[in-house]
Amino acid sequence: MPVTATASAPFRRGSTVKGDEIAHLVTLAFGASVLLVTVLLIWNLWGASAASRSKFGFGFLWGTNWDPNANDFGAFPFVYGTVMTSVMALVISVPLGVGAAIFLAELAPAGLSSACTFLVELLAAVPSVIYGMLAIFTVVPLMREYIEPALKGAFGYLPQFQGPMLGIGYLTAAVVLAIMTFPYIIAISREALLEVPRDQREAALALGATRWETTFKVVVPYARLGILGSIFLGLARALGETMAITMVIGNDSTLHASWFAPGYTIAAVLANDFAEATGKVYQSALVELGLVLFLVTIVINALARLLVLATTRKGSAKAA
Amino acid sequence: MKTSIALAGILLAGSSLASAQAINGAGASFPYPIYGKWFEEFRQKNPSVEINYQSKGSGAGIAQLTAGTVDFGASDMPMKDEQIAALKVKALHFPTVLGGVVPTFNLPGINDLKFSSEAMAGIFLGKITKWNDPRIAKANPGVKLPATDVIVVHRADGSGTTFVFTDYLSKISPEWKSGPGANTSIKWPTGVGQQGNEGVAGMVKNTPGAIGYVELIYVLKNNMGYGSVENAAGVYLRANLDTVTAAAAGAAKDMPADFRVSITNAPGKNSYPIASFTWLLIPTQIPDAQKRAALVNFLKWMLVDGQKDCAALGYAPLPRQVVAQEQKQIAMIH
Repeated sequence: MPVTATASAPFRRGSTVKGDEIAHLVTLAFGASVLLVTVLLIWNLWGASAASRSKFGFGFLWGTNWDPNANDFGAFPFVYGTVMTSVMALVISVPLGVGAAIFLAELAPAGLSSACTFLVELLAAVPSVIYGMLAIFTVVPLMREYIEPALKGAFGYLPQFQGPMLGIGYLTAAVVLAIMTFPYIIAISREALLEVPRDQREAALALGATRWETTFKVVVPYARLGILGSIFLGLARALGETMAITMVIGNDSTLHASWFAPGYTIAAVLANDFAEATGKVYQSALVELGLVLFLVTIVINALARLLVLATTRKGSAKAA
Repeated sequence: MKTSIALAGILLAGSSLASAQAINGAGASFPYPIYGKWFEEFRQKNPSVEINYQSKGSGAGIAQLTAGTVDFGASDMPMKDEQIAALKVKALHFPTVLGGVVPTFNLPGINDLKFSSEAMAGIFLGKITKWNDPRIAKANPGVKLPATDVIVVHRADGSGTTFVFTDYLSKISPEWKSGPGANTSIKWPTGVGQQGNEGVAGMVKNTPGAIGYVELIYVLKNNMGYGSVENAAGVYLRANLDTVTAAAAGAAKDMPADFRVSITNAPGKNSYPIASFTWLLIPTQIPDAQKRAALVNFLKWMLVDGQKDCAALGYAPLPRQVVAQEQKQIAMIH
């Protein structure tokens, strides 16, 4: 083996350089396709939303009326519903998901951990319409009969917890989104925690830290970036989720203060209205909503990057 | 599922009927079950003609007809003037069958309710918020109505069913007409939206105090209960195939020549007030002689033999006067 390797070395070097060039060009083309798809997407949405953009201008973003009959369209109820349900979902699923990931990575016996991990990965791959069915048949009655009355009893003096309890609305949508996003958060957070070097744990333990202190003061901060990444992935799924949400959010474009009340999200209204949207302005308003969803995603991603940057600096400052 | 059936159809056509004339249509989903049956029966009688139909919704049907990507369209609502103006080739409206829309509700222990026009408008405008409201109770003496919230359930997806129902509300309530109005999707004053007849029916079934509207054909298939509605003559009627056809007959006397007519709140003691035609939209000029002959033959067959399929599938057949008037209109296809 070593003999042949040295014998063919010059020839191989030549071919490697050639191969490098080809690989370089091919991967460059693949990389460029990312840019191409993004540009195409924006160009398309921008062009097809012309009628709506020229009619409503920037007012489209904070308009609260959505009336196909009067040809008057505003995006605010949908933006509110989308951001609101996604954020509420993360408030529920982040502690749950990160907590579960810590247990699976740090504390659980190996057999249990691998069994649970398999299930988590299975859950992450379940199509969203299946979650929608779970929502309709299980979550909605549970919310209507038990959770919403309990919340109303405890916090009924707040406007967020008033009004009729339908079991359908912002809160239910958020709970369903939480159920859908937390497998992602567990799966990726667990990977991040497992990648923390053994030395780090051993060093902390050697310094006299308890297991608990080691996990929270050393392992979790070390895996911070991975955990944040899992949360952003969960957020991305929540922002774009369509089928499961339209089944439980109530699809009402009127703004309500109550979390029990029906609402709407951008993805849901696109799915519901597009097929029967007649008239140029109506159709282009829907396309513009797509553009707005794109914008919301970009803004939230940018905020997330800033958050990562800020916490990384803080972390390194502390370390120094 | 649909794709696989379509694929099977294409394969069949490809293998056995290489020279079959393919005619493509698209539009309303409400009449899809009977259109599917008709096109298949017609193909068996005329093996040289293959009519394909995509059930994508009335709006899509009109859009595709306007773009010229299909040979004919189908819609649950008549085309508006501006939609007609956008057509390159004028199209004719051919009513095919009738459908009704019924109120379905969930009040434990109560199986039948009568809804006056005042009650219907009040409920869907969000003005009547409790079931024991006098405006509901007035028409239902002896029924013990609970003091619970009225929860309105409507369609979330754009739909011909919503058009028929809101068209009816516009006729019985000036406030509805000047407010939400009639369309395939509107800005609802109150309530929650669900997708499809099954979504609305399911939500009503699971939510005490809920009321929604679904197609008659859907409640007949699923043996659901539904309420009676006050008609233009002040009579409370339950929807069935007879009262729906009667509504069309009641409106037939004043049928406009182009068949673009709404038959909600039609005159006549036996006319169910929330009913509608569904239309085939056929271009007046079809340059391909073979296609033209096939479509003309299909229309002639549909108006006579095809109508016999209606009852079994839960559709109300066309009244005789309307059939006679449509048979004359066929001559306008060139």
